Amino acid sequence: MKVGVVSFPGSNCDEDALLAVVERLEEQAVLLWHKDHDLQGADVVILPGGFSYGDYLRAGAIARFSPIMQEVVAHAKRGGPVIGICNGFQIACEAGLLPGALLRNASLQFRSMPVTLRVESTDTVFTRAATAGSRLTMPIAHGDGRYTADDATLDRLEGEGRVTFRYVDAAGEPTAAANPNGSMRNIAGVANGTGTVVGLMPHPERAMETLLGSTDGLVLFQSLLAGVKA
Amino acid sequence: MKRFRVSVHIVPRKGLLDPQGKAVADALHTLGFSTVADVHVGRHLVIETSAGDAQHAEASVREMCSRLLANPVTEDFEIAAVAAA
Repeated sequence: MKVGVVSFPGSNCDEDALLAVVERLEEQAVLLWHKDHDLQGADVVILPGGFSYGDYLRAGAIARFSPIMQEVVAHAKRGGPVIGICNGFQIACEAGLLPGALLRNASLQFRSMPVTLRVESTDTVFTRAATAGSRLTMPIAHGDGRYTADDATLDRLEGEGRVTFRYVDAAGEPTAAANPNGSMRNIAGVANGTGTVVGLMPHPERAMETLLGSTDGLVLFQSLLAGVKA
Repeated sequence: MKRFRVSVHIVPRKGLLDPQGKAVADALHTLGFSTVADVHVGRHLVIETSAGDAQHAEASVREMCSRLLANPVTEDFEIAAVAAA
């Protein structure tokens, strides 16, 4: 398997994502420059975290027009796996790969902390190795993570099992207190209709080493591997 | 073709939580502006563009808003003014 990690000007988690694949998964990974038109044969694309284009206009709004994004969208339309992490989630929404939008945190504070997620759906190529209902701990670090969509869209996502992750408390309940950004229905991540594109605000690539507090992010990458090899 | 200066207001969609607007409203209340009922924080863009006439300049900016400047999921926009630049 070969993973392509897109580097936009302002990306700051691209190297982490690359290391997660190369060192923890022992698979191939390559950085894809935003001006390139070539996915270099990548089977999977990671849109990493950061502040692409300085978050000008809206987070992810400008990155969507990068040359590489035209290739990423085409790859996704062919059924190729794409995961958007943090800023990558914002970019995926702006690019129309996923429904909804990420707005300023309700607290108006930048939140950098570990959160608990509940796996809501294992019907995606990024969660198929996880257990439905299981809880994962991984960090968040964002100022614009409040997932927002209209009620009809949210109902459709719920009905189709496309809410992939929710913020929950220690008891596994999606309470307001457990929600770090005020996202609608405590949503932390969603998928497209075929489960091949997933976006989430938390950082699985920063939860790959016991030394760094959690290895719960691994399962997303392991799922990915199973998804590609299956 | 003539040059036009088009002003656009982009604001959070009505009904959506606007924490910045609420924070500003709270600050105004603290300052004693007790008559303030609501505040919405958005963006104001001034676009200089060429067009055959004002109507075309406005139509062009409207399309820019739909495709890039405003997020159709969360924001509303209004063309505030079209003036010869």
